[in-house]
Amino acid sequence: MSALTSRLYQRRWWIFTVVAIMGFTLFTGEFKEAQTTAILASTLRQSTPLLLGALCGMLGERSGVINIGIEGQMLMSAFTGFMVAAETQNLLLGVLAGIATGMLMGASLAGLSVSLQGDQIIAGTVLNIAALGVTSFFFQQGYTLPGKTPMIDLWFLADIPVLGRVFFSNRPITYLSLLLVPTIWYALFRSTWGLRTRAVGEHPSAAETVGISVAKMRYLNLILGGAIAGLAGAYLSLEAVGSFERNMTNGKGFVALAVMIFGRWNPVGAWGAALLFGYTNAIQTQFQFRGWFTDHPQFVGMIPFVVTIIVLAGVVGRARPPAAIGQPYSRE
Amino acid sequence: MKIFRSAFIPLLAVALALLAGAALIALSGASPVDAYLALLEGSFLGTEKVPWTEAVGRTLEKATPLVMGGLAVAFAFKAGLFNIGGQGQLIIGALIAGAVGYGFQGLPWIIHMPLALLAGSIAGGLWGTIPGVLKASRGAHEVITTIMLNFVAINLTDWFTSKVWREPGILARTPKIEPSAEIPRWGDLPIGFFVAVAFAFLIWYLLQRTTFGFEIRTVGLNPNAAEYAGISVKRIVVLTMTISGFLAAMGGAIETLGVVGRYEPGFNAGLGFNGITIALLARTHPLAVIPAAILIGAMEASGAIMQFKADVSPEITDIIQALMLLFVATPILVRWFFKDSQENDLSVGSGWGSA
Amino acid sequence: MNENQTTPAIEAIGVTKRFGPIVANENIDFRVERGQVHALLGENGAGKSTLVNVLFGLYHADEGEIRIAGEKVEMNSPHDAIDRHIGMVHQHFQLVPVLSVTENIVLGHEPTKKRGILDLEKAYNEVEALGKRYGLEVDPRAIVEDLPIGAQQRVEILRSLYRKADVLILDEPTAVLTPQETDHLLEVLRDLAAEGVAIIFITHKLREVMAVADQVTVMRRGKVVGAIDPSETDQAGLAEMMVGRSVVLRIAKGEAKAGAPVLTIDSLEALDDRAQTAVDGLCLTVHAGEIFGIAGVEGNGQRELVEAITGLRQTISGSIMLEDTELAGCNPREISEQGVAHVPEDREKHGLVGPHSVADNLALNRYFKAPFARRGIRQTGAINDDAQKLVDEYDVRTASIGSPVRTLSGGNKQKVIAAREFSQNAKFLVAAQPTRGIDVGSIEFVHQQLVDQRDDGIAVLLVSAELDEIMSLSDRIGVIYQGRLVAVGKAEDFTRNQIGQLMASGSTDA
Repeated sequence: MSALTSRLYQRRWWIFTVVAIMGFTLFTGEFKEAQTTAILASTLRQSTPLLLGALCGMLGERSGVINIGIEGQMLMSAFTGFMVAAETQNLLLGVLAGIATGMLMGASLAGLSVSLQGDQIIAGTVLNIAALGVTSFFFQQGYTLPGKTPMIDLWFLADIPVLGRVFFSNRPITYLSLLLVPTIWYALFRSTWGLRTRAVGEHPSAAETVGISVAKMRYLNLILGGAIAGLAGAYLSLEAVGSFERNMTNGKGFVALAVMIFGRWNPVGAWGAALLFGYTNAIQTQFQFRGWFTDHPQFVGMIPFVVTIIVLAGVVGRARPPAAIGQPYSRE
Repeated sequence: MKIFRSAFIPLLAVALALLAGAALIALSGASPVDAYLALLEGSFLGTEKVPWTEAVGRTLEKATPLVMGGLAVAFAFKAGLFNIGGQGQLIIGALIAGAVGYGFQGLPWIIHMPLALLAGSIAGGLWGTIPGVLKASRGAHEVITTIMLNFVAINLTDWFTSKVWREPGILARTPKIEPSAEIPRWGDLPIGFFVAVAFAFLIWYLLQRTTFGFEIRTVGLNPNAAEYAGISVKRIVVLTMTISGFLAAMGGAIETLGVVGRYEPGFNAGLGFNGITIALLARTHPLAVIPAAILIGAMEASGAIMQFKADVSPEITDIIQALMLLFVATPILVRWFFKDSQENDLSVGSGWGSA
Repeated sequence: MNENQTTPAIEAIGVTKRFGPIVANENIDFRVERGQVHALLGENGAGKSTLVNVLFGLYHADEGEIRIAGEKVEMNSPHDAIDRHIGMVHQHFQLVPVLSVTENIVLGHEPTKKRGILDLEKAYNEVEALGKRYGLEVDPRAIVEDLPIGAQQRVEILRSLYRKADVLILDEPTAVLTPQETDHLLEVLRDLAAEGVAIIFITHKLREVMAVADQVTVMRRGKVVGAIDPSETDQAGLAEMMVGRSVVLRIAKGEAKAGAPVLTIDSLEALDDRAQTAVDGLCLTVHAGEIFGIAGVEGNGQRELVEAITGLRQTISGSIMLEDTELAGCNPREISEQGVAHVPEDREKHGLVGPHSVADNLALNRYFKAPFARRGIRQTGAINDDAQKLVDEYDVRTASIGSPVRTLSGGNKQKVIAAREFSQNAKFLVAAQPTRGIDVGSIEFVHQQLVDQRDDGIAVLLVSAELDEIMSLSDRIGVIYQGRLVAVGKAEDFTRNQIGQLMASGSTDA
């Protein structure tokens, strides 16, 4: 077998899944271009917050810190992004506010788990509860945005049928998230930052021995990850929906963790997994459209969550997380 | 003295959180003094219109599912498991109790009520078995699976109430339960609360005095040594999650049979994080869950009065609870005051695949 | 060379380091010359590791100062030490298993193209060249966790050399090596010393001190007891300095009265954690009243073998017979009930539950049956009575039987395990690395206990990486190599050299 064929063979399950999905999509879309495009575009949109959430979790976990608080980060950022944008009527400021919120919460998580050596899962849960409480308490009706972020068509590329409209006709944060995938991949595996991050996540005392500060790396990664989670929150309120609702993240932060695990803590894998999960969300609308299960919409609503469980149960046992996650590290 | 020492941190956390809450209330334009006064009136003291027995009754009523929820989380913690599925387990318990409650006619109370209670609790227990099995056999982390199952439970119960067990009419809810299934009140006091207290003692006894309890605690402290001592960690994980689900579900069942009288979706809003707050405030001690639940129950019972008398949005209690959780879970308080590090820290184990 | 000999490469003057009430190092004076192989000798807990951690910047001394080449220095982290050309080879390798050899070596000091992008090609070349120069060759692209232990140690050493170390500290480097690998390492160290590198060599093995050290400093209970040239004394003299009294280096042991076979293993196969074959058709018999010692380099299947016998690991095929009962396929409790006692290799992980009390730990294998439990209810009175008895009998030093077991010292923890396992009238005892990390006094105790068990007619299987321990205690010896026993025979029929060769390569052909 040539090298290419053997690599394809290794990825056979992914390939099978992609083919099956394309087939199913065409089937549900009744082989019509408009509907197929709609499903795929919806897939990309639904996958964006999951991808961003997974990248956030990945940065933390690659350096050894479990971040259960992604849900809280996203929710809080969605809220502050919305409020700032509504007050100032400036979407860009809103996005920046969201990013800043995410970074602040990332720093809090770092403080709790790195400096204070607290249990990482409890710390993340605290952030989630705090976010839900604060956003519910302070949210008042009556604010509106000056519209959502603008749709940007990339020149002639957007005119390609189906794929063109799906990939090259999007809003800014979506584009940004796509760019983050190769960027983070390259940084993680080809830069000194990436090498040191991975060392810290696998064997923190080895890193400390050669003079790398485990604490500093973890803070850095959690704050950077927080920025990405903040971007995800801003995406929800400013790009996807156009307003804020109580608990609008509705579990996406946790699904993002499953995406991260399914993608084996690798940005490219996470993207693939995010698309898969995004697809399960996009399919829900399609079911409605085609009149399947209309009498029992609850089962359609369950799909993303059941898929997450199946993925977790099926994949985790065989996936290898960074060796040092979950354990607080201290020098002596 | 050991009790005092252990209680110091939670008490401090509560005090700090109330202080911070007062600041937030002031920030939002209302008076903290009025707000906290209304809190006391609504939960214990009573007002001109509401006698104190009724206030206390309402507080205990709110506290009951919190006791069970807190017990559920605390129990799972002892085995090193983090059960966030309390919400899902609770509504399943509430639903099944309501279904058995209306579905059988002509049964004597002595049979019907316990039957409904047990049915609901067992159903919730099974809802807890699922993540337990997934963790034991596949290493799937219970934090995510239980949260996912919460969402699935919401959808599932929704479906049951709209399609299968629906009362004829516009509202999607189950029919009222038979009187023979109700959990009665003793004056204004809900009997359900005392059932919950009884279970708290039962769980405490189980953990401290039985071999099963010893096995659970050993698995939570050192699963490797437990395995080596002949304890099947997988078995303990599954059983613990099942019992934990059972306890949470019983809270929901008591709510249906003793308070609401039927199952209505949305009867218990919030994502079920209450149980975690209670368990951590109680530092996972089964008996300490009771005062913690009464405290939070008091806050929830007085929500309406706080809004009415002090013009404070009831969600402030969510924030105060979040702050309490923050302060109680942060080791800094422990270290600062006691200088012994690991003994008092709470920890839920580590990693994603640790079966 | 001559003027440099008066200025030591590195020096500790009046160094004191405390951890709370414990004084780990008290007023230490320690000097190492350039090009000198200097051994640091002492028992576990004597303070050797603390001292070198101060020299390496991991700890900050409370009093005293460090001088490098005569100049006083302040070191706040390993970063500072590395910058000053001090390198450390740790006892538990500080290598990242999933990264490559090169990535591990350059970590923290990576060669880069612009803007933080790694220049891996350059790194590979540098590492290869370095390996050739010092006779420490290793494949630069290999992933560390795939390498055998000896190779991993070479990576650790190369890492220090990559940072141009003038002072090289090695912490118990030969703990995981075969005799031949040890000899090779000592040669490498001599070569490095000849190039002017100052070598500090922590060990508790007297033999090695005599073989390679130019100077030895002996520590005891946090203080320096003496610094001499080994050629002026012998092993017994060094031992006496280490412990403060004359020490029995070899337990007096009578003849074994071996009886019937108790444990018979036939063609056993088992996998390791990475699903590779670890036990490969192994056969073994242990008789009543004998100590059978398994010698072998770590990683040749002994851990998996012990786990298979005690029920912690599933077997693929083959049988483990305890007299007439098949153990393979049984769970740990069933096996223990059949009469198998086990002193585990990793006592913190498998043997004890830290936060549980001493009493609970002593009852850990019997808590579920009478008299410690009746119908599922624990009988704390019976548990405590039995615990007190055992604590007295085995002289376990603890504040009370109710104290958490993690408050005990290493030696006393091992005594708790010994008390638990040796008091249950087992037919068969397997002891894995029973004296790892405990003080010489407790070592004597454990060795005596093992011999007593043997004399009581129990079949004892001893697995140890300490060749001296195997040779002094065993009646029969088996050498394990790649999952099977490549040689079995009476202890007196083996020479140290033979065993070493068998451990390293599976045969005695050169």
